[in-house]
Amino acid sequence: MHIIVLAKQVPDIEKVKFLRETNRVDRKSADSEINPFDLNALEAAQQMKEQLGATVTVISMGPQSAEAVLREGIARDADRGILLYDDSFAGADTLATSYTLAAAIRKVGDFDLILCGETTVDGDTGQVGPGLAERLGVSLLPFVSELTKVSTDKVTAVTETSAGSLSVEASFPLLITGTKELNTPRLPTLKEKLRARKAEVEKWTAADLGDVDPVKLGIAGSATWVESIALPPEKKRKGEVLQGEDAASQLVAALDKAGLLKG
Amino acid sequence: MENKGILIYVEREGGRVHPICYELLGKGRDLADKTDSKVSCAVLGSGITETAQELVAYGADTVYVYDDESLATFDSLAHKQNLVSLISEVQPAIVMFGSTLTGKALAPRVATAVEAGLTSNCTALELQEDGSLLQVRPAFTGNFLAHVKTSSDITMVTVRYRALEAGQKDEGRKGEIVKKGVEKVDSGVKVLGKGEAKPASIAGADIVVCAGRGLRNADDFELVQQLADALGGVVGATRPLVDDGWISKDHQVGFSGTIVKPKLYVGVGVSGSPQHLAGIRDSGTIVAINSDPSVALFRIADYAVVGDLYQVIPQMIELLKKK
Ligand SMILES: Cc1cc2nc3c(=O)[nH]c(=O)nc-3n(C[C@H](O)[C@H](O)[C@H](O)COP(=O)(O)OP(=O)(O)OC[C@H]3O[C@@H](n4cnc5c(N)ncnc54)[C@H](O)[C@@H]3O)c2cc1C
Ligand SMILES: Nc1ncnc2c1ncn2[C@@H]1O[C@H](COP(=O)(O)O)[C@@H](O)[C@H]1O
Repeated sequence: MHIIVLAKQVPDIEKVKFLRETNRVDRKSADSEINPFDLNALEAAQQMKEQLGATVTVISMGPQSAEAVLREGIARDADRGILLYDDSFAGADTLATSYTLAAAIRKVGDFDLILCGETTVDGDTGQVGPGLAERLGVSLLPFVSELTKVSTDKVTAVTETSAGSLSVEASFPLLITGTKELNTPRLPTLKEKLRARKAEVEKWTAADLGDVDPVKLGIAGSATWVESIALPPEKKRKGEVLQGEDAASQLVAALDKAGLLKG
Repeated sequence: MENKGILIYVEREGGRVHPICYELLGKGRDLADKTDSKVSCAVLGSGITETAQELVAYGADTVYVYDDESLATFDSLAHKQNLVSLISEVQPAIVMFGSTLTGKALAPRVATAVEAGLTSNCTALELQEDGSLLQVRPAFTGNFLAHVKTSSDITMVTVRYRALEAGQKDEGRKGEIVKKGVEKVDSGVKVLGKGEAKPASIAGADIVVCAGRGLRNADDFELVQQLADALGGVVGATRPLVDDGWISKDHQVGFSGTIVKPKLYVGVGVSGSPQHLAGIRDSGTIVAINSDPSVALFRIADYAVVGDLYQVIPQMIELLKKK
C-alpha cells in the first residue's frame, strides 16, 4: 500500500506582520512551520503504516526552507520526502499548485491513498485537495473527521457535510482531506528527529517533473492574483467597560436599549 | 466581464434551499442588472422541481432543474459532472457557490475541470469600472483581507454565509424553468449511514453565547445554555472545549470551526485568540465577560464585562427572566 501525504510550509500565524508601507504581508516577520492541519494527515498515514505496513511519501511544493516540512514528515515515519522547488513554481494559485502537485504524483507513480489537510492557515482556501482529486481523476472524501476502518483496498470513514456527518465507504485510489478531529498528532521522539535530520530529502525541479506545460506552472499558470492586501476594517466598537456589583444589570440594560433582547 | 451572465449553484440542505442561495441571488441580480446580463440557477436533487419557482421569485431569470432519484443524496462527482456540462453550454462569466462544506468540496473540482480561477470564502464582491470583478476574502486566518482578481474567462467564487444581503422576494417575477437530463456518474463513494442531524446551526443564529476555557467543567455548559435560552440564542464554544469532548464540533466558533455573524455575540471565559477572532469579527454587538481585564477579546468588544462568569451569568439570567 502506498500513501502520499501533501504538506505545506506556512508562517506562524500569530506572529506574522503586515507592512503598511507596501501593503504586503511580511513573511519574514514570522518563523515557518508545517501547516497544522497537515500534521493530522501525517498522523493518519503513520497509523495506517503501523496497522497495514504501508509506504509513505510526503510531498511539498515551496521554497528551499520547506525542506523542514519534509523532515517533519520523515520524523513521523514517512519513507520518502520530496521537495518541489523551482523558480517557475513560485506565485502559484491553487490551480497551478494542484497542476504541479499532480505532475509530481504521476511521476512518483502508483498510489492508493492521498492525504491532505482541510485548509492552510495562510491561504485559507481548502481548494488544493479537491482540485488535485479532479486532476488525478480519483474519488474524493472531503472533511473526513474519522477513519473508522482502513484496509488495503478501501476505507470506511466519517465525512462532514452541510447536512451533518455521513458514514461512507470508498475504494482506492482515493483522496482524503482530513479535519482536526481526525486524530491527535503525536510528537516525534528525539531519536526520530535525529534520524530525520540526517535523512535525504529529494529535490525536484520543473525539469524533473517530465512532461509539464511551463505555462501552467507558478504565476503563469495561475488564474487568480492578489491585487492588494489590507487589514480588515475594524468595526467601530463601543468599548464600554462594565465592572463592579452592578455590571450585569448595566449590561442587560444596555442590550435592552440596543433592542437586542427578544420580546 | 462580458455579458455572459451569472450562474448560481443552488445548495439544498435537509430538503430546503440553503439560505446562502438567496444571498447569492441578491448579489447575482445586482451584478446582472449592472452589466445588462442574466442570472441563472442550477438546482440538483430529487423531488425539487417546485423550488424552481421560489428561485425565480428571488431574482433568477432561468432555473436549470436536475431532478432525479440518483441525486437524492449529495454526491460531489455527480454534481460536478452535471455542472461542468451546464457551464460549457451556458458559458457564464461568473459562477457562484456558497462557502459551505458542500460548496467547498464541489467548487474546486468544477473550477479545476474548466480551468477557471476560484476565490473561496469571499466576503464582498465588487464590480470594477473596467468590468472586472473584485473579490474580497480573508487570508492568513482572517488577520488580513486579500483583494483578488481573476484572469480566466470564467470567474468562480465561493461566498461566505451571511456576508451578502439576500435578494427581495417578488412572487410576480417571471422566469424560465428548464428541465435538464441528468448525467449519471458513479463516484465510488457508498453512503453507509447518516450521523445525527445537526443541531440548530450556529452559522445562522442571531445570538450566540460562546463559552471558553473559563468554564470549569463540561457540566457548566448547563449555565451557558440557560443564558443562551434567556437571550433567545444558541451555544457556541472555543476549540479547546471541543477538543476535550465537552461539546460537539458543530458548536465550535472560529477559523477551524464555524464563522459566525450574529447580531449579538457573548463570549464568556474566552480570551480572544487570533483563530477565534477570525470567526466573530463581523458580529453586530460583541460582549465579553472575563475576569482578566487585559484579554484580546476586550479590545474588540462593545461591552467588556470584567468579572467572574460564575457570578455575572446567574445575575444576567435573573434579570432577563424578569423582562
Ligand atoms: C490551526 C489552529 C486553528 C484553531 N482554530 C480555532 C477555532 O476555530 N476556534 C477557537 O476558538 N480556537 C481555535 N484555535 C485555538 C486557539 O489558538 C486558542 O487556543 C483558543 O481559542 C483559546 O480558547 P479560550 O479562549 O477558550 O481559552 P484561553 O485562551 O485559555 O482563555 C480562557 C479565558 O477564560 C478566562 N477566565 C478564566 N476563568 C474565568 C472566570 N471564572 N470568569 C471569567 N473568565 C474566566 C481567562 O481569563 C482567559 O482569558 C486554533 C488553533 C490553531 C493552531
Ligand atoms: N504547496 C503545497 N505543497 C504541498 N501540499 C500543499 C501545498 N499547498 C496546499 N497543499 C495541500 O492542500 C491542502 C489545502 O491547502 P489550501 O488549498 O492551500 O488551503 C493542504 O493542507 C496541503 O495538504
